[in-house]
Amino acid sequence: MPNITLTIDGKRVEVPKGTTILEAAKKIGLFIPTLCHLDLHDIKMVNQTASCRICVVEIEGNRRLMPACATPVQEGMKVRTNSVRVLNARKTVMELILSDHPKDCLICSKSGECELQDLAEILGIREVRITGRSQSVYKKDYSPSIIRNMDKCIMCRRCETMCNDVQTVGALSGINRGFDAVVATAFEVPLEESVCTHCGQCVAVCPVGALAEKDNVWAVVEALADPDKVVVVQTAPAVRVALGEEFGYEPGTIVTGKMVAALRRLGFDYVFDTDFAADLTIMEEASEVLDRLQRYLSGDTTVPLPILTSCCPAWVNFIESQFPELLDIPSSAKSPQQMFGSIAKSYYAEKLGIPREKMVVISVMPCLAKKQEASREEFQVDGNPDVDLSISTRELAHLIKQANLDLRELQEEEFDYPLGMSTGAGVIFGTTGGVIEAATRTAYEWLTGRELETIDFEQLRGMDGIRVATVPIDDFELNIGIAHGLGNARALLEEIEAGNPRNLHAIEIMACPGGCIGGGGQPYHHGNIEILKKRAAAIYKEDRNKPIRKSHENPAIQELYETYLGKPMGEKAHALLHTTYSEKQKV
Amino acid sequence: MSSSVVSQTLDPSKCKQLDQFIDQLPSKKGELIAVLHKAQEIFGYLPKEVQQHIAKRLEVPVAKVYGVVSFYSFFSMEPKGEHPISICMGTACYVRGAEKVLNEFKKELNLEVGETTPDGKFSLLSLRCVGACGLAPVVMVGEKVYGRVTPEMVKDILKEYQ
Repeated sequence: MPNITLTIDGKRVEVPKGTTILEAAKKIGLFIPTLCHLDLHDIKMVNQTASCRICVVEIEGNRRLMPACATPVQEGMKVRTNSVRVLNARKTVMELILSDHPKDCLICSKSGECELQDLAEILGIREVRITGRSQSVYKKDYSPSIIRNMDKCIMCRRCETMCNDVQTVGALSGINRGFDAVVATAFEVPLEESVCTHCGQCVAVCPVGALAEKDNVWAVVEALADPDKVVVVQTAPAVRVALGEEFGYEPGTIVTGKMVAALRRLGFDYVFDTDFAADLTIMEEASEVLDRLQRYLSGDTTVPLPILTSCCPAWVNFIESQFPELLDIPSSAKSPQQMFGSIAKSYYAEKLGIPREKMVVISVMPCLAKKQEASREEFQVDGNPDVDLSISTRELAHLIKQANLDLRELQEEEFDYPLGMSTGAGVIFGTTGGVIEAATRTAYEWLTGRELETIDFEQLRGMDGIRVATVPIDDFELNIGIAHGLGNARALLEEIEAGNPRNLHAIEIMACPGGCIGGGGQPYHHGNIEILKKRAAAIYKEDRNKPIRKSHENPAIQELYETYLGKPMGEKAHALLHTTYSEKQKV
Repeated sequence: MSSSVVSQTLDPSKCKQLDQFIDQLPSKKGELIAVLHKAQEIFGYLPKEVQQHIAKRLEVPVAKVYGVVSFYSFFSMEPKGEHPISICMGTACYVRGAEKVLNEFKKELNLEVGETTPDGKFSLLSLRCVGACGLAPVVMVGEKVYGRVTPEMVKDILKEYQ
């Protein structure tokens, strides 16, 4: 592609044709402020609505100011990014946005993380001269996972782009016009009645407090303060490689031991690990894979293949509402969060000699959909949920800070036994490709009866949205598919519907780009997708550091089967660790 | 669809008419507005069920369809009366007193904008510029255009349709 030369603020810059002024400016170290713009190229999300007009610049010979984010460069263009006219326009635009934005920043859920707040500070806005009609009429929409507070919406449309273009869920769209314009569901139904999967990626990209998680921090504090309750906590794999960011650590820092110490100081009676339940998931899921494969190889053509992983609740919501005809192919294994809750309130409660009602199970998840999953009726016994409360990585950071603790000051500690015992296979659940790699490690050894020479399946790793790899197991070639991000999942599912031309046997699907490390409950990445890669690297590092790296070799898991569950997929395992799916008709 | 949404089933013959229109389109891409126009012509308005049907046929999210329907004042989710009255609130009509005319219609019919009289005879709508600014303020009843309307003329206009 031919290059184009232009000058920005007097500096010459040469860039390929098609580059925007914003990108060209960045190349020479000029950071034009943006608000609605969000470029997450690696996950194919570019929000280029040019709706906020914060990034306007002056182009010589052009009467109007132009948005830098959406204006392509032209040969010989002379751009000013900081003239009086530009700065004046930028401030005015900002004041106009603020004139219709609530000023309750002190108590806003995005306080300290708000891009509008940051921008007001950068632009030095100290008063809003524009007064007039202000929109404060939308009813808050409460769901078990996400709360929509549309009074705070600035119509940047990032959530809409994420929901429609990246995730292909289609729950959100801009509706109405002018002052009444807002992002909403079809017919403005509550989020829970919409096709929303609760993945929380809209929350992850919302620059303001319009979209936020349902905050369960105080409910956890109350549970911890109740002397009659035994409070058990489980932490998902992706939390330990991201929590540190909230305390000033570099992205990708592993804070497992410090997190455990913090949880113990917070007063949890038992600090356990979702990684244990991930190992348990592998026992069931790998058994299911083997069972289906063996039936398939012996000539049974009715076997539902490929088998799909079922760890991700947003993904389960997606298939239940959008691909009901495929509901016989996912593994029936519950997610690790739910397996943990189920085992904690049966096996472990019995061990402690307490009724399940006396136990409170709290989960710390990188995810918002886990909140909704925990509330599903299938995961309750006589109205008592297996997992009582789920909090996100961000909420755990708040909880730790409210208890006057600083992760940096804490000495590392170990998880409690037995439900805190886990392997490297459990850890890698936290990133895309991890679940299927963990399952392959176990399935390989079970099928061949031989120990793996190389535990790392590099061909299953990476950040490409859809990956396909073949793993030879003796003379059988296991074809594996991996998709992360629901748009990629949709593409793979459509391929299955079209007759599975690549003959895939097993598929891992994660709703969030990057897998759980990029979950909707993780510390905000603010558009820096490099953070996800660092978290993924940390996950694999944590795996390598584990003395045991295959789920079936976890001694606590072996003990659980020997003393309580019996065989994988056996009667008791089936009752406690498996679930069913049903079509969910949503708007 | 959840119970709150499906309140009625669609008339199969009208549905077929709409499907035929969709089927003869060269491509489904970018045709949403054309299809909505046709659907409103066939059904008289665009209830949820029609929007859901269109979303399915055009393979776009229902939220997007609703987004477009709620954006353009031409599209209506309420059934219109036998004689839909549209008052132009475009700039030219507005400055020449369209609001007073609208208020008079509201008073006479006891209706708010977007509503239909209980007998189904009249519905009241406001729209943006019909392209007859020289006649401002403009009122349309069905296809008939009235120019230079004053509040005093409202009663007489209504009488024509009683």
